[in-house]
Amino acid sequence: MISLPGHGLRVALFATCFNDAMWPETPKAVVTVLERLGVTVEFPLQQTCCGQMFTNTGYAREALPLVERFADVFDDYDAVVAPSGSCVGSVRHQHAGVARGCGRTDLADRATTTAANVYELSELLVDVLGVTDVGATFPHRVTYHPTCHSMRMLRVADKPLQLLQNVRGIDLVDLPAAEECCGFGGTFAMKNADTSVAMGADKAHHVRETQAEVLVAGDNSCLAHIGGLLNRQRAGVRVMHLAEVLASTERDFAAENDLRAPTDTEVTA
Amino acid sequence: MSGTFLGMPKFQAAAPEALANSQQRRNLQHATHTIRDKRARVVEELDDWEELRQAGAAIKDNVLSHLDTYLVQLEESLTRAGATVHWASDADEANRIITSLVQETGTDEVVKVKSMATQEIGLNEALEETGIAAWETDLAELIVQLGHDKPSHILVPAIHRNRAEIREIFLSEMGQVGTPPPGDLSADPRDLAEAARVHLREKFLRAKVAVSGANFAVAETGTLVVVESEGNGRMCLTLPETLISVVGIEKVLPRLEDLEVFMQLLPRSSTGERMNPYTSTWTGITPGDGPQQVHVVLLDNGRTDALADSVGRQALRCIRCSACLNVCPVYERVGGHAYGSVYPGPIGAILNPQLRGTTSEVDQSLPYASSLCGACGDVCPVGIEIPELLVHLRTRVVDEQRGGMPSGEQIAMKGAAWMFSDHRRWEMAQKGTELGGRAMKKKDTIGRLPGPLSAWSDARDSPTPPTETFRSWWKREKGGQS
Ligand code: SF4
Repeated sequence: MISLPGHGLRVALFATCFNDAMWPETPKAVVTVLERLGVTVEFPLQQTCCGQMFTNTGYAREALPLVERFADVFDDYDAVVAPSGSCVGSVRHQHAGVARGCGRTDLADRATTTAANVYELSELLVDVLGVTDVGATFPHRVTYHPTCHSMRMLRVADKPLQLLQNVRGIDLVDLPAAEECCGFGGTFAMKNADTSVAMGADKAHHVRETQAEVLVAGDNSCLAHIGGLLNRQRAGVRVMHLAEVLASTERDFAAENDLRAPTDTEVTA
Repeated sequence: MSGTFLGMPKFQAAAPEALANSQQRRNLQHATHTIRDKRARVVEELDDWEELRQAGAAIKDNVLSHLDTYLVQLEESLTRAGATVHWASDADEANRIITSLVQETGTDEVVKVKSMATQEIGLNEALEETGIAAWETDLAELIVQLGHDKPSHILVPAIHRNRAEIREIFLSEMGQVGTPPPGDLSADPRDLAEAARVHLREKFLRAKVAVSGANFAVAETGTLVVVESEGNGRMCLTLPETLISVVGIEKVLPRLEDLEVFMQLLPRSSTGERMNPYTSTWTGITPGDGPQQVHVVLLDNGRTDALADSVGRQALRCIRCSACLNVCPVYERVGGHAYGSVYPGPIGAILNPQLRGTTSEVDQSLPYASSLCGACGDVCPVGIEIPELLVHLRTRVVDEQRGGMPSGEQIAMKGAAWMFSDHRRWEMAQKGTELGGRAMKKKDTIGRLPGPLSAWSDARDSPTPPTETFRSWWKREKGGQS
């Protein structure tokens, strides 16, 4: 049994545009994990995109209304959580700058205030809720890639690993040269496709070296890039977002194996 | 091959060619990993590394915000010490000054200590046009020069070459411009270094004029500083009768004691050593000792333009240690030539567009030559926020292109931003995703795609879209509560 450290907390989920449209399982998993810990999760429907793709490609003017929308939608919660180190990095380290660059100092101040309350999933769990064991079970051989923006913009350090280490049944193996960029880099993956693929190929090689069944990270875009390469190589390695591993319970696994689920080990809100 | 980078293609065009050179990729990977590991070890030894970095950044920022004052002070102290100061606003002016200074001495050759500033202005080529031969004396520079090649690294200009290639170059080229290597030259580093030593010795002893750069120029005392590993620089600085130093105006430091900070930051960041083997300082003229004619050319060449950009100016803090190159995953794979400049890697990607402006294709492409992984910013000893500057310069490139015929990218970006600026439009667009997902349900990945999407799909499968977006799920499951 685990306690309910999130009891009474009202947290807004920023799904991020890519996860919302392409990887709904990830934000669903965030809801599952947080509700299991007693958090009241809300999903403000007015949300769209943090604007990172625009900002990072040089389209600050196009990103500006998205920065404003983000502040409008998310300034009123105990905390905001997103399953993407990259998008949280953009909110925290770029929003105010975009506003300032476009001459909107008023918005820059608001963006700074809002951003202070925005967390990547592992930060919310470890720093805000004080939890490293979220009651998950995932009996697979797993290796973890610390995406650049989680590692260098957010400095999440080993928080995701602490969470993974407490997952029951997991066989967690080190990824060689883990801190090296996978080569995704947003529009870099298209604009400099050859270089991006050369970097990704080395990453995929290291993943295969670990003989892991599953590659886990906190950003689906990096995973899509590495996974896309692994898949083309028929490597037989699955990629999975951290949230989905943390949401897995014995029951999921039992269902997967067509066994009766032991219901009493699960805790729900 | 010409020694200058004029007419280089943009990064996106140059990179694939470099990637295809597998020998070069192996050489680069080996070299960058070796230096980066050494750097990490010696940096870890210092528990005040962060404080040192901040001190370095603060000293440089102070210099940059009072550059006019410090430069005037530098000119005064240099002149007092017997040096002649020249001001050059651009490459042409600098080359004209230096060429006529050399011509006045009546010689037709100069020896050079490795200098980024002289490469930046294309001095060797300018001298050559007037019949003056410039001999590079730094070992790696010598390899580049003899190989009719271009430098590909700030600190190790021949990083893309391995020993066997160097042996070939020495055997075929050295004899044509001076003392040849022994016929039985091996690829052993000691033999190669000895061949270079003998070859260079002849040039040092004959040279009447030397050209140098400087790592630092101290305003208070008029002292110039060169930091190096081989001692060949010191030969250049002491043996000839005339010494001409080309110094970027951002190299100035207020006081001699400021060196204390940089003498720790620089060697650890560049070669991964606690201290560099040779540090030479010279202050004007000392009668009867060393060069009796000392000229200092203070070079702008775009630096005041960079200074005018309040965000971009921090690039002028750079002490050319090359740590950012050695950790850069893009540099590691494509090497230095693809950047089309003497300043390659992350620093090149932010410095060149500022020094040269963003009118050429190559300078427009450089801010995009990064995955924004941030490794460069983390190692930079003077705390330059390189990823932030890359984004800043991308914005400049995009903004400068506004107003004309919109490109495909501009149309796509504006369209996507319009869609995201209202959640109802975004929901409409998601319906398309769901339809696509339902149509493709059976397969769980997408293979090769046509048109511009092939840039992604030539080597990577794509996930199929889901049949239900998160938003739809939430509305269905949670009853539209928000
Ligand atoms: S930008 Fe920083 S890390 Fe790169 S060469 Fe300059 S001082 Fe060194």
